[in-house]
Amino acid sequence: MSRIQVSCTVNGDPVDFLCDADGSLLNSLRDELGLTGVKEGCGTGDCGACSILLDGELNCSCLIFAPEAEGTTITTVEGLANGDHLTPLQQCFLEGAALQCGICTPGVLVAATSLLNHNPNPTETEIRYALAGNLCRCTGYDKIVRAVREAAAQIRETSA
Amino acid sequence: MAHVHFSAGLRSSFTGGVADLVVEATTVRALIRALDERFPGIGEKLSSGTSVAIDGEIIPDADLEALAPHAEVHFLETLGGG
Amino acid sequence: MTIAEDPATTAPGYKWVGTRMIRPDGFEKVTGRARFGADLKLNGMLYGHVLRSPHAHANIVSIDTSEAEKMAGVRAVITRADFPAPSGPAGDQDLQRNAMAREKVLYEGHVVAAVAAQTRGQAKAAAEAIKVVYEVLPHVMTVDEAMAPSAALLHPNLMTKGIDPAPTGPSNVASRALYQGGDLDLGFAESDVVVEGTFTTKPVHHGYIEPHAAVADTTPNGRTTLWCSSQGHFTMRAMSAKVLGWEPSRLKVIPAEIGGGFGGKTTIYLEPLAVRLSQKAGRPVKMVMSRDEVFRATGPASGTKIVAKMGFKNDGTMVAAELWMAYEAGAFAGSPAGAGSMTALAPYTVANFLIEGFDVVVNKPKVAAYRAPGAPMSSFAVESLIDEAATKIGMDPIEIRLKNAVTEGCQATYGPKFPRIGFVETLEAIKNHPNYQIPLGPNQGRGVASGFWFNAGLNSSATVHVNEDGNVIVVTGSPDIGGSRASMALMAAEEFGIDAARIQPVVGDTESVGYNDQTGGSRTTLATGAAVIEACRKILADLRGRAAKQWDVPLDKVEWVDGQAQHVDGTQPPLSLEDLAKGWNRTGGPLTASAALNARGVGSAFSTQVVDLEIDPDTGHVTVLRYLTAQDAGRAIHPSYVEGQLQGGVVQGLGWALNEEYIFDRNGKMENASFLDYRIPVASDMPMIDTIVVEVPNPGHPYGVRGVGEVGIVPPLAAVANAVEHAVGRRLRDLPLSPVRILDAILNKDC
Repeated sequence: MSRIQVSCTVNGDPVDFLCDADGSLLNSLRDELGLTGVKEGCGTGDCGACSILLDGELNCSCLIFAPEAEGTTITTVEGLANGDHLTPLQQCFLEGAALQCGICTPGVLVAATSLLNHNPNPTETEIRYALAGNLCRCTGYDKIVRAVREAAAQIRETSA
Repeated sequence: MAHVHFSAGLRSSFTGGVADLVVEATTVRALIRALDERFPGIGEKLSSGTSVAIDGEIIPDADLEALAPHAEVHFLETLGGG
Repeated sequence: MTIAEDPATTAPGYKWVGTRMIRPDGFEKVTGRARFGADLKLNGMLYGHVLRSPHAHANIVSIDTSEAEKMAGVRAVITRADFPAPSGPAGDQDLQRNAMAREKVLYEGHVVAAVAAQTRGQAKAAAEAIKVVYEVLPHVMTVDEAMAPSAALLHPNLMTKGIDPAPTGPSNVASRALYQGGDLDLGFAESDVVVEGTFTTKPVHHGYIEPHAAVADTTPNGRTTLWCSSQGHFTMRAMSAKVLGWEPSRLKVIPAEIGGGFGGKTTIYLEPLAVRLSQKAGRPVKMVMSRDEVFRATGPASGTKIVAKMGFKNDGTMVAAELWMAYEAGAFAGSPAGAGSMTALAPYTVANFLIEGFDVVVNKPKVAAYRAPGAPMSSFAVESLIDEAATKIGMDPIEIRLKNAVTEGCQATYGPKFPRIGFVETLEAIKNHPNYQIPLGPNQGRGVASGFWFNAGLNSSATVHVNEDGNVIVVTGSPDIGGSRASMALMAAEEFGIDAARIQPVVGDTESVGYNDQTGGSRTTLATGAAVIEACRKILADLRGRAAKQWDVPLDKVEWVDGQAQHVDGTQPPLSLEDLAKGWNRTGGPLTASAALNARGVGSAFSTQVVDLEIDPDTGHVTVLRYLTAQDAGRAIHPSYVEGQLQGGVVQGLGWALNEEYIFDRNGKMENASFLDYRIPVASDMPMIDTIVVEVPNPGHPYGVRGVGEVGIVPPLAAVANAVEHAVGRRLRDLPLSPVRILDAILNKDC
């Protein structure tokens, strides 16, 4: 089977990669581009560990065919921080111990980033529903919700 | 002198209903040897597939553990942890 | 409580223990840099794929791999013929047979063959081209089916242990545990209130988000490096070696970061297959399970059936308890029926009791340890009946537990006497919390339950180095699942009297540090922590000696205070850790020490929890309104990660209580092997988990640690069932309490 060339922008860098027509974007990000911060927990769009922003919208990269990425702009967890300068969400996750094993963390951070991009002042319920597609088996979600709330407050304060 | 307590499983299978016993032994290994002489077959059961609690503390692979005078010894199911 | 409102609080007398430092591995984990099991890629690496049994029980008549071997990209195919015949103790043979099926397959998902090829697609296609002829056998899926006199047998030689007289023929019952005290007939005769019922729970999966993954690289001289995600790379080494027929030392196991375990990553699955494929192909091989495989082939927790009867006096005194409990082991012996028997009544003093626990094999995947293995199920039965008794007597559910609670010096139903424990403190903490007084509305119910878990000690090693700049490396062999690097750093900082940020904790591979048992049994902070503390103290003794040498004074003139050597009379300027490290050439060379121990002084854990929930009478849907947990941690080294363990355990227990279950079709095939159909709690299902960390220090540990990982999952099952009973007026004894079951209870209230 001939492979398809895909050109897109990932975390600010223009990239090209080859993929099979039926390959998932998740596999291309991990195997071809080495972005192993994007995790596979299920491969069926149920756990959210592979969450990315595709043209600014939250998506499970396991549910997207790699060729569909042609011409898009993608952000993965690796693209959230500015060098060593963490985002308020990342910093609040660290300070609030909002991760235990850390496998769901990349997806949760991307989903929470998407939430705060759309809604800078979410209620607890809004946070919980926005993250309902991101399974975490360690934390019971309590500290994740607190960290997102705290980060939202910090971002609002800085931009006020 | 160790004070040995047998679980109901051991009482029914090996000790003929004896629930506890005072045995002259300074290590768990010596204790098991003494018990096996009195209750043939119990030695094998106690050497594999049981943990030992000495003065309340559960110890796996305890055969070389020293027994203080008046130590309280219980034989228990082997445990796993998650 | 928000982060900002909750400043770090140190334990009395400690500077670092009890503070909330940012975890040393945190930066990697929030930026996607941390390397988990599936993240490794080696040059020339092949991909492995497993062929699994489609049948619950079948003889393997033949396996033909000839076609698969000829397919494009295929570099190796392995079957039972590539592994030595099972040998050794029964448990070892089971391990070998579970890793690769021999004469027959015992559950859907059992490994039959594996392929390594250049791409995933090639490996999968080749695995599907392997021709296996099966002779399908009758299967047994529940303890009732398996224990029936005419049941199909999984193992022709399985003789029940612990039965007197010994059985004359094989059965599906591997063993019986028996605990007994007092006179049961007398106990029930003395009882004013007798409650009884039959309780069932379904198999549930740990649901770690990271599927199992392993990469093996075998060199021509037979040495193998294995990277894998597990709760203990030393035990992965030992278990893999058994299946491969190797000495453990041929394997070097490098721990990847682990994406959740909860007991499920304490045993091998892919590891020996990857090694054998790599050996045969002469190339590195990577294997990663799909979520479907994780459900079908890795250990769930036992499904159970428990027949329970308990008797109480009118003042609430528990006087009699009889428990008959059967635990599904899956395809091989080894359910936690014994632990379930020992924990069932452990929180209480009861004069007359009989507990029988049966370990029963069925045609399901072999169960794996899952957070306080065995305890949640037996506790579900006991704590449900206690609640029923409290209602009948008209007593508060906390009061009836206080009336019977074990304290220091009480004899546990499993034998020994308890040392200092904090059970009563957890009950009092709930009783005195404002949540416990909040009035409830219509269709709402409040449920209380408690739980016990032993905790474990086992083997740990640690090596501590001081660098030439005075910073410290702490190497242990305990994988960090939930913040243990942080707790190791805090304890080392406390010992040295230096900033915790100057401590670098490392999880070393099997050739970089002494042996460590698994991160499990709530043991790591206690046992590996004790090894770290001991190694630090060896270096501190060394440092005092070097200061004495430098000052030319006797050793007893030197004390270690706040990270520096001080002369007791103040006649010398202090020597800091940096000073002594810089000058080590003159005082005896580098500063390093190791400690290895079989940890003692384990302190048991108790938890008491209360849930408020509301039931939608039209759908049976349960909304958890609020949840409060109080657990004795002994001492919380890093309170945030202790709270995290408590909260995580609760939510897993809530999943077990409300939603989670393995569903099989009549052929013994799992019908819901995905996160869509096996529904673990999601963020929008849960409220905040209000958390009280009770600290009754464990006298057996230098900092009072008890271990916190497991007991939190024990109470939620009964707490939810008790709350549902109070909300709908009907006692439900079969988990999960899914909307269908609850609606049925509402609609058939009078039945």
